[in-house]
Amino acid sequence: MSNTRSNLLSKAWYDKETRSVIVQVLAMAVILGFFGYIINNAVINMAALGKDISFSFLWQPASYDINQHLIEYDSRSSHFSATIVGLINTILIAVAGIILATILGFILGVMRLSNNWLTQKIAYVYIEYVRNVPVLIHILLVHGIMVNTLPRPKQSYNFGDTFFLNNRGLQSPFPDIQPLFWIVIGVFVAAIVFAIWFARHAKKVQDETGKHYPVVWINLFAIIVVPFIVYFLLGSPINWEIPYLKGFNFKGGMVVRPEFIALWLALSFYTAAFIGEIVRSGIVAVSHGQTEAAHALGISSGRTLSLVVIPQALRVIVPPLTSQYLNLTKNSSLAIAIGYMDVVATIGGISLNQTGREMECMLIVMAIYLTLSLIISSVMNWYNNSIKLVER
Amino acid sequence: MTQHYAPGTHPDLPPPSNTVGPIHWLRVNLFSSIPNTIVSLIAIYLLIISVPAAIDWLFFKATYVGESRNDCARDGACWAFISERFQLFVYGFYPQAERWRVDLSAVLLGVAIAAVLWQNMPGRKWGLIFAAIYPFLAGWLLTGGMGLTPVDTNDFGGVMLTVVIGITGIAFSLPIGILLALGRQSDLPIIKYFSIGFIEFIRGVPLITLLFVASTMLSYFLPPGSNFDLLLRVLIMVTLFASAYMAEVIRGGLQALPKGQKEAADSLGLNYWQAMRLIILPQALTISIPGIVNTFIGLYKDTSLVVIIGLLDVLGVGRASVSDTAWVGLSTEVYLFVAVFFFITCFGMARYSLFLENKLNTGHKH
Repeated sequence: MSNTRSNLLSKAWYDKETRSVIVQVLAMAVILGFFGYIINNAVINMAALGKDISFSFLWQPASYDINQHLIEYDSRSSHFSATIVGLINTILIAVAGIILATILGFILGVMRLSNNWLTQKIAYVYIEYVRNVPVLIHILLVHGIMVNTLPRPKQSYNFGDTFFLNNRGLQSPFPDIQPLFWIVIGVFVAAIVFAIWFARHAKKVQDETGKHYPVVWINLFAIIVVPFIVYFLLGSPINWEIPYLKGFNFKGGMVVRPEFIALWLALSFYTAAFIGEIVRSGIVAVSHGQTEAAHALGISSGRTLSLVVIPQALRVIVPPLTSQYLNLTKNSSLAIAIGYMDVVATIGGISLNQTGREMECMLIVMAIYLTLSLIISSVMNWYNNSIKLVER
Repeated sequence: MTQHYAPGTHPDLPPPSNTVGPIHWLRVNLFSSIPNTIVSLIAIYLLIISVPAAIDWLFFKATYVGESRNDCARDGACWAFISERFQLFVYGFYPQAERWRVDLSAVLLGVAIAAVLWQNMPGRKWGLIFAAIYPFLAGWLLTGGMGLTPVDTNDFGGVMLTVVIGITGIAFSLPIGILLALGRQSDLPIIKYFSIGFIEFIRGVPLITLLFVASTMLSYFLPPGSNFDLLLRVLIMVTLFASAYMAEVIRGGLQALPKGQKEAADSLGLNYWQAMRLIILPQALTISIPGIVNTFIGLYKDTSLVVIIGLLDVLGVGRASVSDTAWVGLSTEVYLFVAVFFFITCFGMARYSLFLENKLNTGHKH
């Protein structure tokens, strides 16, 4: 009897299917047991403190001020509005940072490959210094330098009487939009739609007949020059509200706060160093034979770059570029160190301390970052698929 | 006038002066074409206006000794705070009488690292065993107990705290990362999806939120009445954080191995763990060493974030100096000093990683 049972057991263990079921059931039991244990602990601990889990605090007044808010917000607004304001600030810094870091990164990558010894070495020294120092120190350093060296409002750096840079930030004109301006925006959107259609059409024509249009120039003209012409034809339908010095501070216009500038520059400088290395390795990865083959076919240097080298380099560049964008977005959470009010500083910082709802606040913050990560990686995956090598 | 040579006896003429020497080098590297020349001139101009001024401020006009900010020259850097607070930067508030324990741990750390990195070290096998038990030994040395005076972890600080967090993170994240990487590759759906979920969750949120979890709510999940100190909670979170990234690096190594290796192991009759231990992991880990070192550099840089939840690592000590009234307005100097500290250590590790990459690249590529 016992013999057959042990046989059965050993048979079950040596059968791959059954064994995998046994192992997974055990793993599931361990995982569930662990989570059950810590959740049980949490329930007991919170009951002992008289706390519950509830998100109703989100609709109570936040009663703190946020110095940079792009939507209506004052201290009587709710914690929920504070979260939204923080989220908008996070997205703003992430988008601005991604744009600047990409531009700087491509410049650095090209500088690293330049045959000019000086630019190559400058890029190398810059990249090595920036990559090997934590981003938090860059943020604090840039912020510290700005706060210590920028002058008071009275001695502001004056850029053509429209922009003023001082230790309160960059005072700049505020656009007061007139109704006619929406026509300009409409033209701009139409130009983008046209550009997309034209790029596809030109590619189709080229694939079929070999005729080549100057797509880049025509599209740039449509997107940039045409809206400007319309803007001036309509009689410049934006009233720029210029800041002016009154007493000890500036009135009118809008101000880009020093925390935003410091965080933006530091994050962009830091990420640009990584992007520079990615761009360099991407360009190096396209073998020289490709360029030579293109030249042998009589394709000009400029079009060799745009039709042969860059499309292949992008395939190498885009996946690591995605993770740099994700890193930049996550690193923007360090804003809290210099007092830029992003989502961690609002809901995860002041709201958390005021209401004492650690669980709920941290859940919200994490959910927001996971969503942002998901959005960025799906957009980049979509882009990566669109430039992928199509194999027949 | 002209001297005559028999055929073949003429001495070699020197090469034309514009194809050798500094002139030639300048021509090829800086002034090869008109745009190149313009770029070079702009770069030279920018260097001339910035570098001498920076060096002046950093070194020649700087003040190196002094009691407070008032002893420093106004138009130069003020490095006096470093000598004044050097001990604080290294040891934090670790009790004066017990600092030999920190020094001893540092020396032993050197031995352990040598054993891991130096492949031809005599008696390396024992060295590796020592490296494996080192984290626990150092933990005992630093916190005390069992015959040593206990030291509160709140007194840890400076370089020592940075190194403690970094080394703990790397030492414990490696085994957890290996398990997660294997889990992600596993045929068993529950284990696979649990690993994927864990890795992607950790990689999707910033470290700072995990540190906030450690400082504000981790104690809710611990058994009632137990009280972990902050450093331990931070170490747990940093380890989990690093292990998710480590898992992805090791997965890269596992995927780079040709499938034949696993099939060969199967055909030899090795079971899963034998195949992993004897065939797959040694190769996969070797391939991923540069990636592991890079992850470690990232983790080491990220240790600076603990200052946001109030631990006094190198950056924390620096920030405390900035807010000290005796040294007010020194943020640039303080952060530059901390930046140089991180640069030296990280650059060293990056060089080592590069050296390894070159060494590993000598064989065939997969």
